Amino acid sequence: MRLVLTQEQQALRAAVRDLLTDRAASAQVRAAMESETGTDRDLWTRLGRDLDVLGLVVPEEYGGAGAGHVERAVVQEELGRALAPTPFLGSAVLATDALLALDDEEARRELLPRLVSGELIATVAVAERGAPWGPGATTATASGDGWTLDGTKTPVVAGDLADVLLVVAITPDGPAWFRVDAADVERTTLATLDPTRRLAKVVLRGTPARKLESADPAGALERVADLATVALAAEQLGGLQRVLEMATDYAKVRVQFGRAIGSYQAVKHGLADVHSDWELGLSALRYAAWAADEAPDEVPVASALVATFFGPAYFKAAEACVQYHGGIGYTWEHDAHLYYKRAKSTELLFGAPGRDRARLADRLGV
Amino acid sequence: MTAATTIATGSPPDLDAFREQARAWLREHAPAPSPVTDIEAARAFQAALYDAGFAGITWPQDVGGRGLSTAYQQAFSDEEACYELPTYPFTIGLGMCGPTVNDLGTPEQRTRYLPRLLRGEDIWCQLFSEPGAGSDVASLQTRAVLDGDSWVVDGQKVWTTNAQWADFGALLARTDPDRPKHSGLTMFVVDMHAPGVTVRPLKDMSGRAPFNEIYFDSVRIPADAVIGEVNGGWHAAVTMLGHERVSIGSRRRPKTNPLDFTAITALARRLGVSGEPATRERLAELYVRERVLELFNVRLRQEAAAGIAPGARGSVAKLAGSMLARLAVDTVGEIAGPEIVAWDPDDATGAAVALGINSTPSSSIAGGTNEIQRGIIGDRVLGLPKEPSVDRGVPFRELKVGTQA
Repeated sequence: MRLVLTQEQQALRAAVRDLLTDRAASAQVRAAMESETGTDRDLWTRLGRDLDVLGLVVPEEYGGAGAGHVERAVVQEELGRALAPTPFLGSAVLATDALLALDDEEARRELLPRLVSGELIATVAVAERGAPWGPGATTATASGDGWTLDGTKTPVVAGDLADVLLVVAITPDGPAWFRVDAADVERTTLATLDPTRRLAKVVLRGTPARKLESADPAGALERVADLATVALAAEQLGGLQRVLEMATDYAKVRVQFGRAIGSYQAVKHGLADVHSDWELGLSALRYAAWAADEAPDEVPVASALVATFFGPAYFKAAEACVQYHGGIGYTWEHDAHLYYKRAKSTELLFGAPGRDRARLADRLGV
Repeated sequence: MTAATTIATGSPPDLDAFREQARAWLREHAPAPSPVTDIEAARAFQAALYDAGFAGITWPQDVGGRGLSTAYQQAFSDEEACYELPTYPFTIGLGMCGPTVNDLGTPEQRTRYLPRLLRGEDIWCQLFSEPGAGSDVASLQTRAVLDGDSWVVDGQKVWTTNAQWADFGALLARTDPDRPKHSGLTMFVVDMHAPGVTVRPLKDMSGRAPFNEIYFDSVRIPADAVIGEVNGGWHAAVTMLGHERVSIGSRRRPKTNPLDFTAITALARRLGVSGEPATRERLAELYVRERVLELFNVRLRQEAAAGIAPGARGSVAKLAGSMLARLAVDTVGEIAGPEIVAWDPDDATGAAVALGINSTPSSSIAGGTNEIQRGIIGDRVLGLPKEPSVDRGVPFRELKVGTQA
């Protein structure tokens, strides 16, 4: 296994960080968060057109960069660090991975090049109330040449922005994947714990759909879930690093009782614990991303490992960041709360810590 | 001519060939693990390692080393990880004292001590800690007074690993109490067989005695036994502690740990509780903490091989290891319940688990307490401001040290 980034991967990180420093600073993130769409279309365009980082895991024949999950994790880390308001998780992770995991050549040729360029946004609609990874109760009924879908998907990542939805629904032969145009569904933007990532409810009522070819739809879903978990963990790692930096920087300059608060062991030791989690988590994330590229058999355990680790670790770090900032950390004006909300929301988006541990235990054969 | 000298005069071997050689040699020569340390067998094995060219892989050739890069040491360590080699008595000498003598010793000291260390002829110990100087080792009180052309040492050291076998010790003693505490120390090589040196085993809370107390009663040390400069002992100590951190960081855990994920899972199965949700949760959490630390250590080794020094991040591994050990104590208790309160006298698992529980506190004390590690991470990695110190610039004589009523 390889847990150290190459020169090229480090250069990729620097390029993404430069762009985000310039285009996704706090004021810009807040402007996007308060805008109607909750996203920054201009930033999205630059990620696709200028940096070409939306198709890192996509083979070159579909217009991608033919790089891998380690590279994508680097980008996700930076996006998480900046809280960049983009539909990356929906389009460049979930939908892209689904198209690659399914066997529908037509959909790949049609959609992937446009997802890679950023001109089209897609997502996966699988979650239903109480079932973040489905299969849920949405049904598919054969109708003429095609199918119609009925059910409610929620929460759908980037569901309000997506042009195309890849929906998991139950057919008489078991779960299957369908392609649906956003124009044919009812969408509601949900109220969210995390204001920097929009989530939507998608209602399907006799919605026309095209069934996507797949030899193993359930297996594809598992692969999509595992890879999304790794991608989300990369985002959590980036956020964890940022809250650690914010709290550390503040502890160096904030003086109380005549001393910088970072000189007190109560604060210093707490930050040392957060730093340790960052170092450990970074190692685990690099491993999981490496496994996604090189060791598919190890992905189920590696994915459950990073999910179990990062949910609580990021939230604990974000909590510490608010805490060590004291009163100022509790204000709307300070960014600490944005990370706190992102941390709790990502911890729970695809499940919950207890369920993550149960899934890990399953996969370890316990 | 030994194999080592034959190889040492040639150009660096191919790394893969070296690894292959190590693998083949270990397969043939590694002895079966033994619960007791047979010191003569250990010396013989170290000598055999040397003859085969696997001792002092990164050490300079002029003192008997191979003069190869850390990548070769890494390759050997990877291969060695499959065995429990009987090299324990040499870990302090080869991991800490030897490298420090190599860094700071005179040419005469280097040639006198280092080749013998590599060949397993001498066992070393480190004489820093005292009853009154643990985390704050610079407050130590053992005195060395110059008398004619030799030094006279009086005082007490403690927690000294391997001293029961040691031929030499790297001793840190106070040579000038009128200077501030860090600048009045000197490091010496002390002959552990010299008159006035008494070694007594120290029984720890687990009931074993892996450490010793050492008493120095007017022990004479020749002037040429100073390592580095007189009153430059703190620099020498920091040099040695740097080697210690690398040495601890690269040390692998024993192959069979009664409190690791695999062992506790097996125990849960045997007790018929492995399917309980609470057990599964606990085991998953233990696996996570064990695995992330393992991956962190892999990453540190890969970075070291790529030329990135671990620096103070060794403290992260140390801290995480001890937190893992504590988690394992919680986990095994939660899963086994009364089963580990009492067991049949001939049940080896019960005894092993009890020893694991009772020896875990050492992991957060020995080699720098968790509090010290967090301080190091805070100060050196995060760059947080240091705590104000009341002892800086004050002559040692005027300081409060040790345990005061």
